[in-house]
Amino acid sequence: MSEKHEKLINKKGIRLDGRKADELRPLKLEVGVIPSADGSAYIEHGKNKILVGVFGPREVHPKHLSRPDRMVLKCRYHMAPFSVQERKSPAPSRREIELSKVIRESLEPALFLELYPRTGVDVFVEVLQADGGTRCASITAAALALADSGLPMRDLVVACAAGKVEDSIVLDLYDAEDKLGDADVPVAYMPNLNAVTLLQMDGILSPEEFEKAVNMAMDGCKQIYPLQKEALKTKYLKVKEETKDEEIEE
Amino acid sequence: MEEEKQTMPTYFEAKQLVTPGELLAEGEYHAGENTYVETGKIFASRIGLVDLDNKKVNVVALRAFYMPKVGDVIIGSVKEVGFNGWTIDIKAPYDALLRASDVLSRPFKPQNDELCQVLDQGDLIVAKIASYDRAHDPQLTVGEPGLGKITRGQLMQVTPTKIPRVIGRKGSMISMIKQETNCQIILGVNGLILVTGKDQENEDLAMKAIRKIEEESHTTGLTDRITQLLKEEKAKREEQKQ
Amino acid sequence: MSSLITKVRQKQIAQTIDAGNRLDGRALTDYREFTLEQGVIEKAEGSARVRLGKSEVLVGVKVATGEPFSDTPNAGVMTVNAELVPLASPSYEPGPPDENSIELARIVDRGIRESKAIDTEKLCIESGKKVFVVFVDIYVLNYDGNLIDAAALAAMGALLNTKMPNYEVVDGEVKLKQGYTPLPMKSHPITVTTGKINDKLIVDPGFEEEQVMDARISMAINDEGNICAIQKGLAGYFTPQQIIEASKLAQEKAVEMRKKLKW
Repeated sequence: MSEKHEKLINKKGIRLDGRKADELRPLKLEVGVIPSADGSAYIEHGKNKILVGVFGPREVHPKHLSRPDRMVLKCRYHMAPFSVQERKSPAPSRREIELSKVIRESLEPALFLELYPRTGVDVFVEVLQADGGTRCASITAAALALADSGLPMRDLVVACAAGKVEDSIVLDLYDAEDKLGDADVPVAYMPNLNAVTLLQMDGILSPEEFEKAVNMAMDGCKQIYPLQKEALKTKYLKVKEETKDEEIEE
Repeated sequence: MEEEKQTMPTYFEAKQLVTPGELLAEGEYHAGENTYVETGKIFASRIGLVDLDNKKVNVVALRAFYMPKVGDVIIGSVKEVGFNGWTIDIKAPYDALLRASDVLSRPFKPQNDELCQVLDQGDLIVAKIASYDRAHDPQLTVGEPGLGKITRGQLMQVTPTKIPRVIGRKGSMISMIKQETNCQIILGVNGLILVTGKDQENEDLAMKAIRKIEEESHTTGLTDRITQLLKEEKAKREEQKQ
Repeated sequence: MSSLITKVRQKQIAQTIDAGNRLDGRALTDYREFTLEQGVIEKAEGSARVRLGKSEVLVGVKVATGEPFSDTPNAGVMTVNAELVPLASPSYEPGPPDENSIELARIVDRGIRESKAIDTEKLCIESGKKVFVVFVDIYVLNYDGNLIDAAALAAMGALLNTKMPNYEVVDGEVKLKQGYTPLPMKSHPITVTTGKINDKLIVDPGFEEEQVMDARISMAINDEGNICAIQKGLAGYFTPQQIIEASKLAQEKAVEMRKKLKW
């Protein structure tokens, strides 16, 4: 950076977007948004807007990927060309291929793969708008889409990042903080099993800072988890509420 | 009673809506449907309504897909015509196979028998699961009364876990709908339902009732509401005719 | 991958580890012997070969001139690519890089980039127009487990061995001069991978151990003992306590290796 950028955190510890160090961006979650998919979910996490569709369990294509002893989970994380400032080529980048892999590996521990041998499940993640932390938001939404598809799960997987910005450990970095900050630690977590299913880091952190960042990210996950459960329940409660209203009218 | 609760806790109220991963019980309970055990604790594995049946914790799933079981009567559609049988889509993770010899009830001769004249792509059948295990796709049979090719009626799909609710206690719900609409209704355990009536109007009415059951399956007083719906709809139709 | 060894063997490995031992006689936290040879490919500007157990990784570095990225006009460019060469394992097939080789390259890339190992500002020839581009190509020659650590080590070994051509700028054109200068380096990250089998942590998993491993976590540690890149991999999970334990193991092992390497 040739020019000195604006301070990302002011003297009172407030970040450029108005948040405190340990505060999440606003979240909106919706389940069952794509009628033709077996399961689906939509997340708005800050300015991130991400759609996830799930298909299966079904026959695996190509066939040689099928496994005799378990289900195969396939995942494609993809960014829309218009999701970022400069148009992104729609062809999958190396980053997208890596993220597809780590997102898949963050979801696999939640599934009973051995129950459905010789089948496959596809998770399609489409990032419509990106503003930092898309892999985490994708995981949170993908877990909901999987639950919505009727696949049995050990737990929902919920993800959130923490990082280091101007010498402070902060929660849930948005794009500017991610780019100008010193470190980013995305974490995916199954709260009921106390299991970390995704952990990555770039930047430099001392062991103490790292521990603090992981704990802060897990706290973020624990804050998102109830919202995630609520979103799943809402889809199925809607009907219950409607029928209640009917009864009152009568 | 109080003491028993303390030694063997459950963490839910009857008919509570739970999500995957929710802790349901620990101690001397058994893990029933749509639950699993980890380090002695019972968790939910699907979204659904939790219930205690004796010592067994069950979750009635609000969303699930069909898994084949030997003996199930299902409805399927022909996906592919092979050279000695058919591949049948049964709305399950696995496609099913129907052998030509099962349908022809005589040895099958590839040089004489034109399979697509018997069952063609897109044809519907009612069939029974004859065999299935982890290593092999399900095989179907149509060699029993009531099974075979479907030639008329309308098909609809519901979440397979809702089929028992459509049937009702001792078949009460489904007989009521059949009676009120004058339709024949075949329920596939895999969630496919065939409705055949005298005219489309009756079929539509039956399907409307079934759709309502699916949507409101987890509520009480459903039979009354369905009866009411059918009566109202029929009255409406009478009015229109006059 | 699990089909590469028999079920009986898988069980044996898991049981041995459960009892706190490993089949090759190592303790759970022992690293295998490794060697680093530098300058093994004369035509490359830098090169190194690492042998870790029977895993063998060759890295070649080529230096060329090119354009900088628009958001870092004064910094040289580094790219890392990995090839799982078909001769290295019966499970590798020819073809474009698959997700495993892309992940490997990106983990190595992140360790070097985030620790700021290369002083990229010194690779600037003309701001916004011309910089040196450093190509790091990882060649896996034999697969015997823990390719991540072996590749990260070989890449650093090759970069430390890299010589850049001397040059002068005449009328906006880069002209090469006699002689070479070493690639400007600022830091020496060391990557340590810990695996999880039957809820036990093992350092530096071998080939057979990788076939039964539930999850792995790789951490790059810089000269000051700070963490500069992490990647969790595979379909299993870690508890938060295991992650802290893995980070302590990585720091310990990095110190041991640094001593041996004299980095």
